[in-house]
Amino acid sequence: MTDIDCFRDQTRVWLDANCPASMRRPITNAEMLWGGSRKTFLSEDQQLWFERMRDRGWFAPGWPVAYGGGGLDARHVRVLEQEMMALGCRQPQYNLGVWMLGPVLLELGTDEQRLTHLPSMARGDVRWCQGFSEPNAGSDLASLRTAAVRDGDDFVVNGQKIWTSHGDKADWMYALVRTDPSAKKQQGISFVLIDMRSPGITVRPIELVSGKSEFCEVFFDNVRVPQSQLVGGLNQGWGVAKKLLDHERAAMAKFTEGGAPSHDALRTAAPYLAEAGPVLRDRLAAVLMDQQAFALTVRRMHEMAMARQDVRGVGAIMKLVQTEQEAAKYELLQQILGQRALNWSAVDASVDELDVCRLWLYTKTYTIAGGSSEIQLNLIARRVLGLPA
Amino acid sequence: MSLLLDEEQRMLRDSAQDFLRERVPVAALRALRAQPDGPGHDPQTWRDISALGWPAAVLPEAYGGLGLGYKGLAAVFEQMGRTLATTPLLSSVVLGAGLVLEAGDEAQRQTCLPVVASGERLLSLALEERPRHDPAGVALRASRTGSGWQLQGHKEFVLDPGAADQFVVVARSAGSPGERHGLSLFLVGAQTPGLGVQRGMLVDSRQAARLSFEGVELRPDQLLGASDQAFDALDRVLDRARLCVAAETMGVITESFERTLAYLKARVQFDVPIGSFQALQHRAARVHVELELLRSCVAAAAEAIDAGDPAAASRVSLAKARAADLSAHALNEAVQMHGGIGVTDEYELGLFLKRARVLQQMLGDGAFHRNRFAQLASF
Repeated sequence: MTDIDCFRDQTRVWLDANCPASMRRPITNAEMLWGGSRKTFLSEDQQLWFERMRDRGWFAPGWPVAYGGGGLDARHVRVLEQEMMALGCRQPQYNLGVWMLGPVLLELGTDEQRLTHLPSMARGDVRWCQGFSEPNAGSDLASLRTAAVRDGDDFVVNGQKIWTSHGDKADWMYALVRTDPSAKKQQGISFVLIDMRSPGITVRPIELVSGKSEFCEVFFDNVRVPQSQLVGGLNQGWGVAKKLLDHERAAMAKFTEGGAPSHDALRTAAPYLAEAGPVLRDRLAAVLMDQQAFALTVRRMHEMAMARQDVRGVGAIMKLVQTEQEAAKYELLQQILGQRALNWSAVDASVDELDVCRLWLYTKTYTIAGGSSEIQLNLIARRVLGLPA
Repeated sequence: MSLLLDEEQRMLRDSAQDFLRERVPVAALRALRAQPDGPGHDPQTWRDISALGWPAAVLPEAYGGLGLGYKGLAAVFEQMGRTLATTPLLSSVVLGAGLVLEAGDEAQRQTCLPVVASGERLLSLALEERPRHDPAGVALRASRTGSGWQLQGHKEFVLDPGAADQFVVVARSAGSPGERHGLSLFLVGAQTPGLGVQRGMLVDSRQAARLSFEGVELRPDQLLGASDQAFDALDRVLDRARLCVAAETMGVITESFERTLAYLKARVQFDVPIGSFQALQHRAARVHVELELLRSCVAAAAEAIDAGDPAAASRVSLAKARAADLSAHALNEAVQMHGGIGVTDEYELGLFLKRARVLQQMLGDGAFHRNRFAQLASF
């Protein structure tokens, strides 16, 4: 038996013995556990599963053990993911730090930054949020204006971020700030780490078309940030952010693969199909087939990466396809559930009917957040197809 | 198990690519188009292809084959799509020989398969009777007689009829059109009395025929295997052919997309390359993304067939539906992005448009395979 088969067997046995049955059911929005100082466990099973995975270093299975990771290589990480999927194991925690900031710190952080921040996120003790977008800097992110001015050993930060997911629950933020207002847009930006308990920070949640959301506005009023929290050099932040966004695109795809709240399209549609007619049945088949095509593409891209073949643009492709498919799925489920999926609060509406209504609205954010579909198409056209700017 | 080609499959693909580019470029299709009464393919090219072993590739070694898998053969079909190569590989080997192998008895296999594997003899499948692909809808009647069987009815869209020595005819020996039970397969020589072959050319310059059966008398040993039970073997063989058609379609799309990208970078209007316009960039990017998804589906269908996976039928419908839908979208986009030159006969793109459209319908379009996928998923 090869080393990888051996690891697969051991992992399956360990997961089967250690993942409680209740942690193998599809997860709902309310049941998602985000790490950090404000985390609360909804059940003993959830806590057990969290602690067991944490103690194995499997929140960050691919990181060095010295930084709180599991010390696995990419193939072994993939096996772990596959076995978790096969058993239906939930993600034990959701953590932007591990998925996005961590890889960047591993590559570009100082020793001090790595030792300070990596183990705490890998143990789920600290929760991170992302401070990129601003009211006038969305798709044109480089036009951001939140200013950081050097003053002694600190930066003094003033300005506003928006669309900060879970800004109200995060312990730390990684943010892009303008450190040289006279330079060309991309060249005057720095990447800094900000303690959310710092004096001068105000966080306000945003209500969406789907209701309450995790998105927040964050205001900075003379917030002091030590210069030791600068990542990748002064005015080098744009390059750092580009690396991080590549991780974000890949992470968002993994996110749903690993059990983000979502409906099984066929199971949800089944009770309504007899009345749905042939056109909607055809569209349901198309949605299910699209999902399979995406899953197969994830698998093929992974095999290509393992074989060291060219996978340029894979993050952009994954992000575009995954988010558009989720949005299209809810568009269709809404059509199939018909007027029932318009219920916002009716007492006789089913949970599915109410959820489909809200998720139909909420999935509108998928193709906007993390680089809109149009931005992904720009990336594919330029970076992969080599079309001229 | 992998969605990527292994070393042997890559070598097969590369040698196919080299051979086709040099010996069967798109210009060869124009030559065939100029000979509507010819055999429908170039006999010397077919002899060379036979020497390369393509007709033998997927047949078992016991019958003169090489025993390779469909993943490798699909890679060959993709390359054929890139140069619009027109050969009887699908009709004679994948469909014709495939059915003799799956449904025939040992004597029939021994007689038929080695000469098909060597490329000396050509078969073709006579299945379709209606405007749309519908294997269970066969109505052509097979009746028992004192001395064997009699066929009465017609067939359409029979590919590569000009050079076929024998047709594998799907006939109804029991039940009614629409039922899976009651189908039988017969091997019928092209010169059989009562068989009329009206040849014509399809829009893509490939030959196809309408066959008429006026009381065609057959011996008992012309029935392949058991009567009435042919549907499962037929469906299995059709799936292998659908995979090959999907792979060929992928080649047609890939080649025309690459040519379109080159055109977008070279064609200057308003003093800039038209590929700098975002309106075109986004549309090109979407075709690229769809092509990546299709590539995964075709690879997965080949993998499932080679592994004997029970999910193969569903995987094949996934691949064929995507190939069919994307072939229309990608080629329409390619023509539009080329502008006027794209609709001239002199420019080769139009030939890709036509071949893609024939492949779209062949063995089931997107709607057919979505319906089949839904049935296989029990909804």
